[in-house]
Amino acid sequence: MDVSNYVYLSALLFTIGAIGVVVRRNAIVIFMCVELMLNAANLAFVTFSRIHGNLSGQVASFFTMVVAACEVVVGLAIIVAIYRSRRSASVDDASLLKR
Amino acid sequence: MTTSTNLVYLIALPLFSSALLLLLGRIADKWGHIFATLISASVFAVALIEFFAMQGRDGLARPATQKIFEWISVGSLHVDASLLLDQLSICFVLLISGVGTLIHVYSIAYMSHDHDRRRFFAYLNFFIAAMLLLVLGDSYLNLYVGWEGVGLASYLLIGFWNQKPAYATAAKKAFVANRVGDVGLSLAIMIAFTQFGTVTFAGVKEGAHGASAAALTAIGAALLLAAAGKSAQFPLQSWLGDAMAGPTPVSALIHAATMVTAGVYLITRSNFIFDASPTAQLMVVSVGAITLLFGAVIGTAKDDIKKALAASTMSQIGYMILATGLGPVGYAFAIMHLLTHGFFKAGMFLGAGSVMHGMNDEVNMRRYGAIRKVMPITAATFGLGYLAILGVPPFAGFYSKDKIIETAFNAGGAKGILLGGAALLGAAVTAFYMTRVIVLTFTGTKRWDENAKPHESPILMWAPMAVLALGSVTSGFLLSSGGALVNWLQPIVNENHENHAEEFLPPLVVSLMALVVIAIGVALAVFKYRTVPLVAPTNVSVFTKAARNDLYQDSFNEAVFMRPGQKLTSGLVKTDYKVIDGLLRMIGWIIQTSSTAVRSIQSGFVRSYALIMVLGVLALVVMVWLVTL
Repeated sequence: MDVSNYVYLSALLFTIGAIGVVVRRNAIVIFMCVELMLNAANLAFVTFSRIHGNLSGQVASFFTMVVAACEVVVGLAIIVAIYRSRRSASVDDASLLKR
Repeated sequence: MTTSTNLVYLIALPLFSSALLLLLGRIADKWGHIFATLISASVFAVALIEFFAMQGRDGLARPATQKIFEWISVGSLHVDASLLLDQLSICFVLLISGVGTLIHVYSIAYMSHDHDRRRFFAYLNFFIAAMLLLVLGDSYLNLYVGWEGVGLASYLLIGFWNQKPAYATAAKKAFVANRVGDVGLSLAIMIAFTQFGTVTFAGVKEGAHGASAAALTAIGAALLLAAAGKSAQFPLQSWLGDAMAGPTPVSALIHAATMVTAGVYLITRSNFIFDASPTAQLMVVSVGAITLLFGAVIGTAKDDIKKALAASTMSQIGYMILATGLGPVGYAFAIMHLLTHGFFKAGMFLGAGSVMHGMNDEVNMRRYGAIRKVMPITAATFGLGYLAILGVPPFAGFYSKDKIIETAFNAGGAKGILLGGAALLGAAVTAFYMTRVIVLTFTGTKRWDENAKPHESPILMWAPMAVLALGSVTSGFLLSSGGALVNWLQPIVNENHENHAEEFLPPLVVSLMALVVIAIGVALAVFKYRTVPLVAPTNVSVFTKAARNDLYQDSFNEAVFMRPGQKLTSGLVKTDYKVIDGLLRMIGWIIQTSSTAVRSIQSGFVRSYALIMVLGVLALVVMVWLVTL
């Protein structure tokens, strides 16, 4: 099987994630879409690691996972805090900064 | 040149006393007036010591100097705060401290009912300090400090009763008119510095020998403007009449005997400039001649005794300025007239104050009459001053004024006849208006207010008047016997011993002519004021109306300077608001509206930010793709 198919898959996943971030309102869903984009990037890293025959890409994907884990911790905490104060997880409701 | 260590006390003593009285405030109320008077007397004592010391030295050793400190040292400009006491300044120092002390004594009684008497004395002492600095400074810049100091003192004292708005306005008017003159002085200093690189009298004198005629004329004209402002000369004369708003001792000291003569001092001190510039001299004599007639004419129509005397002061200073413009021979006579005038005019002002004191501060001479019966001493001292100002021999004015008239005639040609004629006419008008004052005030019938209970003033008031009257009688003879003052001042003002060889008219003829015109003036006044209506008649000639309105000097100033000036400033304010500020406001407006438009991008919706970011990244990718293609 051609290795480049993994790259196409990665691009597809990334696009789905990006569209999800832009079109969905629920913060949890947006968050999941962001995870999808990160994993698409991971897939691309691993693929390119395979193509070039060295391990740099694989190492980078570990970094991404660690960062993603941290992000989940902080991000979920924020979402929960916003939900508690506003009774809503919609990102459009948290638009007070424009004033 | 001699160095002295006493000169600084002349200024430091009154300055210290003034500061002390002002800073201590009400604590010093009980003894402030006595303290200030003692200080003034001690200044006079120091002046006397210096005078006798100077007499003991001879020739070139007579001037004394004292360097106090190095004041300015910037680039090529070096000015020391140092004092110079020479034959000319000592005349002024003695006059200022002597008459000043007498007026301090007088004020103790005159101001006894005023609860701000301490402040009054503090200002008087400040005036003495500033005036002494003016005449003792050894450079134009030192003189300038004193010059501004006396301007401030004059302002503070004219507006001493500033609870009355009219008095506060009078003070402001004097201040503004003086400021116009001060521009002249600062211009003169600047021109002198650019031309000669120094501002000391000695340095400028040295430089004046080789200077261009245009520069000398420019300095002379600027100095004349300064003198006109301070000495109430045409065209800056309008403030002096209103300056009478101040307490009468102030009018006597500042606005008759000392400060207003500062212009004469300035011109005499700058004799080396004027002697080298005939154009400047011509301007000086013109100003002097115009003012001496101007003041005299105003004096004939004033019913306010102080304003009549103020007009007379203006006219007499006109004589002095005229004399200073007549070259080396004139200066000594100008100073002589200044000194005798200091005595008789201060004496008459104090007399007027004494009358006002007894008449509930009434100043309208039409409400006086027959005061000689209730105030014999005031009447006698005033009368002696009157004889002195008229120039009746052997009183003081005879020696000084006749000399000025004579010198004016000797100026030569049509100029001499014109100036001499003006001076002679001035003498006649002087005789008329002074006789009018005497007749309206001291003789005739009672025209008092029924509440007025005129009484002779206390000894503290009449004693200074008596001393000044004594001066009015003797000073002329003493100063001129054997050419005393002329010889005394010769090293300063007439180094080359110049004398006019040709005499247009012999002195005796001039004196006789003067006496005749004076007699005519007196006779006219006595005849005209046999009866005095209580209210000034209104169906009078155009000339009387003009004289009553100070020859429309205020209307002229208003129409020519004030209103166009106001228009100019309001126009400038409008331009500033519309053009300059408008430009800046437009920039602000552009930023404000454009940022309001741009601000709507910041919607606050996270998803739209994310979309823009995605689009941006896409655009970048496309660009990279296109470039690497």
